[in-house]
Amino acid sequence: MPHPPKIAADALEDAARTVMAKAGIEIPDDYLGGIREMADTERGDLSAFVLQAMLENWEAAKADQRPMCADTGVPRWYVKYGNEARVEGGPVEVERRLRRATARATHDVPLRPNRVHPLSRRDNDNNVGINAPEIEYSFEPDADWVDITTVHKGGLFGTDYRMLFPADGIDGIKRFYLDTLVAFGKRGLACQPAIVGIGLGGSKDTCMVLGKQAACLRTVGDRNPEPEIAALELELKELGNSIGMGAMGFVGSSMVVDCHIEVGYTHTGGMPMSVHCFCLSSRRATARLHPDGRVEYRTDPQWFTPYMRRDTVEWQTAAESFEKSA
Amino acid sequence: MADSRGKLREVRLTTPVSDAALRGLQLGDVVYLDGLIYTGRESVYKRVLQDGMAPPVDLKALTNVNFHCSPAAARNDDGTFNVGAVTATASFRFSKWLPKWFEVSGAKVIVGKGGMSEQDYRDVFVPAGAVYLTTVGYGTGALLGRGIRRVLDAHWIDDLGIAQAMWVLEVEKFGPLLVESDLDGNSLFERQNRIVNQGLARVYEGLKAPSLARYGETDDRRDELIG
Repeated sequence: MPHPPKIAADALEDAARTVMAKAGIEIPDDYLGGIREMADTERGDLSAFVLQAMLENWEAAKADQRPMCADTGVPRWYVKYGNEARVEGGPVEVERRLRRATARATHDVPLRPNRVHPLSRRDNDNNVGINAPEIEYSFEPDADWVDITTVHKGGLFGTDYRMLFPADGIDGIKRFYLDTLVAFGKRGLACQPAIVGIGLGGSKDTCMVLGKQAACLRTVGDRNPEPEIAALELELKELGNSIGMGAMGFVGSSMVVDCHIEVGYTHTGGMPMSVHCFCLSSRRATARLHPDGRVEYRTDPQWFTPYMRRDTVEWQTAAESFEKSA
Repeated sequence: MADSRGKLREVRLTTPVSDAALRGLQLGDVVYLDGLIYTGRESVYKRVLQDGMAPPVDLKALTNVNFHCSPAAARNDDGTFNVGAVTATASFRFSKWLPKWFEVSGAKVIVGKGGMSEQDYRDVFVPAGAVYLTTVGYGTGALLGRGIRRVLDAHWIDDLGIAQAMWVLEVEKFGPLLVESDLDGNSLFERQNRIVNQGLARVYEGLKAPSLARYGETDDRRDELIG
């Protein structure tokens, strides 16, 4: 199969700057819909006031084209490469362009330069530095496009990890989930109501990565394709909203807009778990770059594809199945 | 606080905020500010209170509102500033600086995120005649950004960077903010927490404890963690 034309590096940088701005300014529709539903059912007067203020805030952000929240979080990138896609200059150029777009959008939008050296506290004032922004990759068979997604998630509160064991079972999962929501929900440090992502399994680092991706790269209403996991997602959502705590930790019921669980095969003796609260700004935006120059923007990253969640050794591409049947 | 229909009371405050105006505030009131405010967080506190540098401006003459914030801002080529959104940063980390800060700055209003402990209010805020206003959300960055009329100055920006500089901002209908502590040292968050806490046992009911405990779940670090 001949390779399609290369995706232009300039186009990728432009699209990256655009999604940086979109993520910072426009609340995704799926999340907005979820908060509107919660605002309708919230009985706590303070919590209801907070939700109403957030709805007004998002309208102001859009009308003025200013960021929803001044805390930019720690902006990062998720890149999904179609197996047939090629970008001008190769992967090193892609990373250069994503770093440039991060720095330029930080100045132009403007976004708050949040990234500093952890010890010296040196600030380059552009959200770029050592290992920043993070760039994570995944791949997609039978595709000639590249998806670039940026996520601006807060960095201080609402995330935790714990090694559980198989005997701890669903009780252990529920307890740790509640522990995290209660600990960070008080005074609203988790910036709830949030999309809560849970990583189950893998090794410690995988568990953290999966949970974060579950929170930031799936949309409200989306369910894990495995029925047992989908049922647990809904059960945990309801459990979180029954704590008695709402927005800013005030008395209420608005805690979890949705709960997403991603799993990874793990050590036979363990059941590691991570919990991640995305925030009241849920900043994510995606651009798909096609080799013919088209760029499409959306708010659903479509990160967890069947290929991403495969549990087999082999994966047959469309080209391979065509050859076999021919 | 809310009336019988659940509507919160709205208050406009002009800076410097008078003692009489502070006395009239009730927990849960929705506040909007007019006048001047300045940002100051760990780097500003450290410079003035630890390193002994004089504040870059006579704060007592300027205003009595200290905002725990870093704006989403950029410096234009002509030296002016473009401020898009502003939101607060979590205040509890700065509690150790405040006794001296109140003395040095004359601040009477702290605006931030998440409040401080009721203990801090009683021990530090009450003697200083100060209250705490919390931002809402968090955070209503665009609404607060709209309330900024003008950037008067960004002191120490070359040394401290955009996030930690001392920004002096002229604001109009800057809010919404909620009254989190009053002049008697009561805390809205702690009052609400006490109600939430009453229901927690019910939420955890029937869930057995995990087989391996963690430090932090016991008061004694010499404890064996295997439960």
